[in-house]
Amino acid sequence: MAVTGIVLVLFLIAHMLGNLKVFTGETSFDHYAHWLRDIGKPLLPGVWFLWILRTALVVAVVAHIVAATVLARRARAARPVKYAHRKKVNGSYAARTMRWGGVIILLFVIYHLLDLTTGTLNPVGNESKPYGNVVADFAPERWYVTLFYTLAILAVGFHLRHGAFSAFRSLGQQTPRGERRARTAALVFAVLLCAGYLVVPFAVLTGLVS
Amino acid sequence: MELFTEGDPIADTKAPAGPVEKRWETRRFEAKLVNPANRRKMTVIVVGTGLAGGSAAATLAEQGYHVKSYCYQDSPRRAHSIAAQGGINAAKNYRNDGDSVHRLFYDTVKGGDFRSRESNVHRLAEVSVNIIDQCVAQGVPFAREYGGLLDTRSFGGAQVQRTFYARGQTGQQLLLGAYQALERQIGLGNVEMNARHEMLELVLVDGKARGIVVRDLVTGEISTEMADAVVLASGGYGNVFYLSTNAKGCNVTATWRAHRKGAYFANPCYTQIHPTCIPVSGDHQSKLTLMSESLRNDGRVWVPKTKGDDRSPRDIGEDERDYYLERIYPSFGNLVPRDIASRAAKNVCDEGRGVGPTKLGVYLDFADAIGRLGRKAIEAKYGNLFEMYERITGEDPYEVPMRIYPAVHYTMGGLWVDYDLQSNIPGLFVIGEANFSDHGANRLGASALMQGLADGYFVLPTTIANYLASGPLEKVDASHPAAVEARTDVEDRVQRLLAVNGDRTVDSFHRELGQIMWEHCGMERSEAGLRKAIDEIRALREQFWQRVKVSGTGEELNQSLEKAGRVADFFELAELMCIDALHREESCGGHFRAEHQTPDGEAQRDDDRFAYVAAWEFTADGEPSVLHKEDLNFEYVHPTQRSYK
Amino acid sequence: MNLTLRIWRQKGPEDKGRMVTYPVDDVSPDMSFLEMLDVLNERLILAGEDPVAFDHDCREGICGMCGLMINGDAHGPQRGTTACQLHMRQFTDGETIDIEPWRASAFPVVKDLVVNRSAFDKIIAAGGYVTAPTGSAPEAHSTPVAKANADAAFESAACIGCGACVAACPNGSGMLFTAAKLTQLSLLPQGQPERYTRVIGMVDAHDEAGFGGCTNAGECTPACPKGIPLNTIGRLNRDYLTATAKGANNTPGS
Ligand SMILES: Cc1cc2nc3c(=O)[nH]c(=O)nc-3n(C[C@H](O)[C@H](O)[C@H](O)COP(=O)(O)OP(=O)(O)OC[C@H]3O[C@@H](n4cnc5c(N)ncnc54)[C@H](O)[C@@H]3O)c2cc1C
Ligand code: HEM
Ligand code: HEM
Ligand code: SF4
Ligand code: F3S
Ligand code: FES
Repeated sequence: MAVTGIVLVLFLIAHMLGNLKVFTGETSFDHYAHWLRDIGKPLLPGVWFLWILRTALVVAVVAHIVAATVLARRARAARPVKYAHRKKVNGSYAARTMRWGGVIILLFVIYHLLDLTTGTLNPVGNESKPYGNVVADFAPERWYVTLFYTLAILAVGFHLRHGAFSAFRSLGQQTPRGERRARTAALVFAVLLCAGYLVVPFAVLTGLVS
Repeated sequence: MELFTEGDPIADTKAPAGPVEKRWETRRFEAKLVNPANRRKMTVIVVGTGLAGGSAAATLAEQGYHVKSYCYQDSPRRAHSIAAQGGINAAKNYRNDGDSVHRLFYDTVKGGDFRSRESNVHRLAEVSVNIIDQCVAQGVPFAREYGGLLDTRSFGGAQVQRTFYARGQTGQQLLLGAYQALERQIGLGNVEMNARHEMLELVLVDGKARGIVVRDLVTGEISTEMADAVVLASGGYGNVFYLSTNAKGCNVTATWRAHRKGAYFANPCYTQIHPTCIPVSGDHQSKLTLMSESLRNDGRVWVPKTKGDDRSPRDIGEDERDYYLERIYPSFGNLVPRDIASRAAKNVCDEGRGVGPTKLGVYLDFADAIGRLGRKAIEAKYGNLFEMYERITGEDPYEVPMRIYPAVHYTMGGLWVDYDLQSNIPGLFVIGEANFSDHGANRLGASALMQGLADGYFVLPTTIANYLASGPLEKVDASHPAAVEARTDVEDRVQRLLAVNGDRTVDSFHRELGQIMWEHCGMERSEAGLRKAIDEIRALREQFWQRVKVSGTGEELNQSLEKAGRVADFFELAELMCIDALHREESCGGHFRAEHQTPDGEAQRDDDRFAYVAAWEFTADGEPSVLHKEDLNFEYVHPTQRSYK
Repeated sequence: MNLTLRIWRQKGPEDKGRMVTYPVDDVSPDMSFLEMLDVLNERLILAGEDPVAFDHDCREGICGMCGLMINGDAHGPQRGTTACQLHMRQFTDGETIDIEPWRASAFPVVKDLVVNRSAFDKIIAAGGYVTAPTGSAPEAHSTPVAKANADAAFESAACIGCGACVAACPNGSGMLFTAAKLTQLSLLPQGQPERYTRVIGMVDAHDEAGFGGCTNAGECTPACPKGIPLNTIGRLNRDYLTATAKGANNTPGS
């Protein structure tokens, strides 16, 4: 769980940085997107590198989902009869929403791929013009897309807030002071990540980027 | 009809002669051994998984015997030893404060008011040092100094700091140590653990203890278990008083059933009343909670000078308060021994100066200590106890003084055993609080844990071998006539309890029995009171068998049936306790007879007439018991009058 | 005060079981929660009904025998308090209180509110000890223990084995109980030789018993009457990772 989670985290960081290139203007963003495809040349023909990256991601996500499902099914088996009196959460909500949050993220990613990677659902849908795609995506009249992205990213944030802490714990964080640190670190990280992602759509929305 | 008859004296034939400090060594050398190859073929039944039973079962299994272990709780870890708070004594003399095996021996004999056996007590003191080593090796987290060495404190008014402790949970930590050793043996298949099983009968085959009848408390199934020897480690019988600091399930059934099968019951009337417990808050009260004795180190005990003074304690001025312990016992003050502190509290309450809603309570006031040491210091020392007090009473002891009152805490009496811890029934061994052996008429604080572990880890495993080596015993199984008879007896008894189907609950009888005992066989006893009690007990017992209502069936988990069986035995025990108290026309330790006190109200022993152990033999229902006397002679510690003035 | 209780009644392991409502009148605020149940049971018995079966023994918060889910809280609303130490002044007149047994497949219901917690004993039997047969012990002062470690070990050793952590855990995991014992023993010098076989043995026994896996949800510590800290689970994970790295076999004590 922790390991796969962390791979995904790494991707998200890289991905966020990439997205932020939006602010450096159309050419450089497209260039980045293209470069994504081109690195490795001439060693690797065409989009290989990207594909390696993608397979790595897919493996991680699948492994992650599998692990998550195993845990979830074990939990279900461990408590066959539910409590009549549903108890309030004494731990953290982030922790209690891991599973649903995860699923939401998954759905988002699928939509997102069709949108910005394949372009199927994108008004511009020009694979070679990711900048255009993005801008078109978050155009004010398509506010609902922006809304959906926002929700999805918040879900990711929540997921990571507990996820990151949980990863520390799973990997043996063991002192009370360390625990406080781990929790803050996880929170800060989650917030930064959300912010990092959200600026893009909102920049487009507010015409900052066009 | 007279209450009892007197039979021939008995004696402990096992303790070797010679200097007291050599006796245990000699006995260990003389005791026969069982060759390891044969141990595997021998089965020992151990009833009880407390400090005594748990440590014994684990040790016997380690030695290679096949052990069958029983407890009524759902796990061996929950035995009542878990509740012990204060600590455990050992003559390590880590403090270099003049402690020694001989001093612990001396203090215990004196503390027992010269009603215990010198040989046993000396052995206890010798073994005490090994207990600490053993427990530390198991990972018991005793309190430690900054240097990493074990911390000790003085306890129950002892002059030396010989008490080892683990915060306020010493019993829990020691028991978990024994429990873990036991679980290890269970895991290795050497111990067959039967939790939620209650022993309801002892099986004798040609006069030897060969098995027990148990009821599976979950299915209600009654079965017979056979073995080469039976060890009872079933704890104390303080619950005969209904309200006590004992766990709700503590009972006399195991030992009482053995008594009815011929085992002598020794000194049943010796009960210890603990001075610092939380007072009764109403008739719904189901048990009493102990407040560690250590509180008396900083708390001052007082009551108002005038009776019926209902003002809140803070409005009662210094000059209107009576710090009676400090007044009567200037040199020991609030730290006088348990029996004395308890009786003093009773006296002021009898004078009508008691405090609290029930008027059965005295103040334990920390205002001075808080003023002197500061709230922080008190919190550090007693924080958890203060919280517990507030949880139960809803009062904040930092603001208003605690209310405390004495409560039944420990029973020194128990089945009679010799130096080998074997009862007068061959093959029946009794250890821990269940036997009468080491504390005489009064137990010193932190000595019961010591005795339980001494018996279980070190003494029994040695002495039982001597018995088993005399074998092999003929093979017998549950189909043996004696075994079948014992089982049918139990089944009939269960059916009889279910059949009454009257109009009163078991608890209502138990409560009433408890009141009789507390009134007449509690802190102060008198001939008139005891005779009255005996009549009342007999009458109530009659009623019980005509009017008790036990719901449900015997073939299921049935907690009211469990209680009924225990209370039925308590009735019989209660009568014997009163008879024992009545026949002992002296005051000693936990047994205070109003007729026998010094001019200034202290216990007055009568060594010429009563320096003996009273071992009672059961004859038949409604027939007087037979008294056997074991004379006690003191070669090393010479009887003196205790004085704490 | 007057209360309405909704209690889980189940004749035996096979019975389906259901919540049954009982009014209880003039309850004193000074009663403990279990004494309040005693009152109800006395009444049921006289009415010829089956009293509610519930586990309890010491009634002092130390034996760990009692355990009730009260309004969805393990051991009830008051923190750091077992059901037997919970007093009725924590409730208000006219309140309705739901009482259920611990819910976990590793803790099958025996009857009403009584469950079978022997899975915990199995976890201990699988390594929750120091192998030190009687008589083999060295002098107690031969190995000093740093006070900080001794105190921390004690903190975890305070576990009373009540099972509230499992009852409260959304995954039905017994990790806090397991971690408490592991932490105690791995902080003490006496526990070192078996440290890594112990963690494998105990965690395997935990999983075999059918407890869920820990996802660090953090519901257990708030429910724990002894406040066993969450970071003990971190220690367990660390020892477990080291142990798997070392490839320790899972025969504890060997
Ligand atoms: C509140 C409290 C505080 C105490 N504090 C201290 C202290 O600080 N220091 C000290 O030295 N002593 C203390 N004591 C006394 C001490 O705890 C006990 O005397 C001692 O633990 C008794 O241990 P045991 O093994 O003999 O019996 P227990 O620990 O009582 O064990 C009895 C065992 O027998 C089993 N059993 C009983 N009847 C049956 C049956 N019929 N069938 C099957 N199994 C049965 C039970 O299940 C249990 O496992 C305290 C006692 C109390 C009540
Ligand atoms: C795609 C569907 C997803 C599902 C179903 C899912 C589900 C889960 C679940 C159930 C957990 C276990 C909770 C825990 O162990 O604390 C978890 C943990 C975690 N998830 Fe996800 N998640 C998904 C996607 C993601 C993504 C995209 C990321 C990264 C951005 C991620 C990062 C993490 C991290 C870091 C953890 C903590 C691992 C640990 O506990 O050690 N997850 N996830
Ligand atoms: C507003 C926020 C986001 C923007 C603007 C954005 C933008 C993009 C763009 C432009 C691409 C196409 C890159 C290319 O094909 O060259 C892409 C791919 C991708 N994004 Fe995002 N993204 C955002 C948020 C997310 C989030 C939150 C996740 C995961 C939880 C995510 C996961 C992915 C994945 C998996 C790909 C496919 C990468 C690949 O082609 O291998 N994105 N994103
Ligand atoms: S960890 Fe806490 S809740 Fe869990 S069993 Fe131990 S004491 Fe009970
Ligand atoms: S609640 Fe459960 S998930 Fe882990 S942290 Fe506690 S065991
Ligand atoms: S009954 Fe012992 S802890 Fe509650």
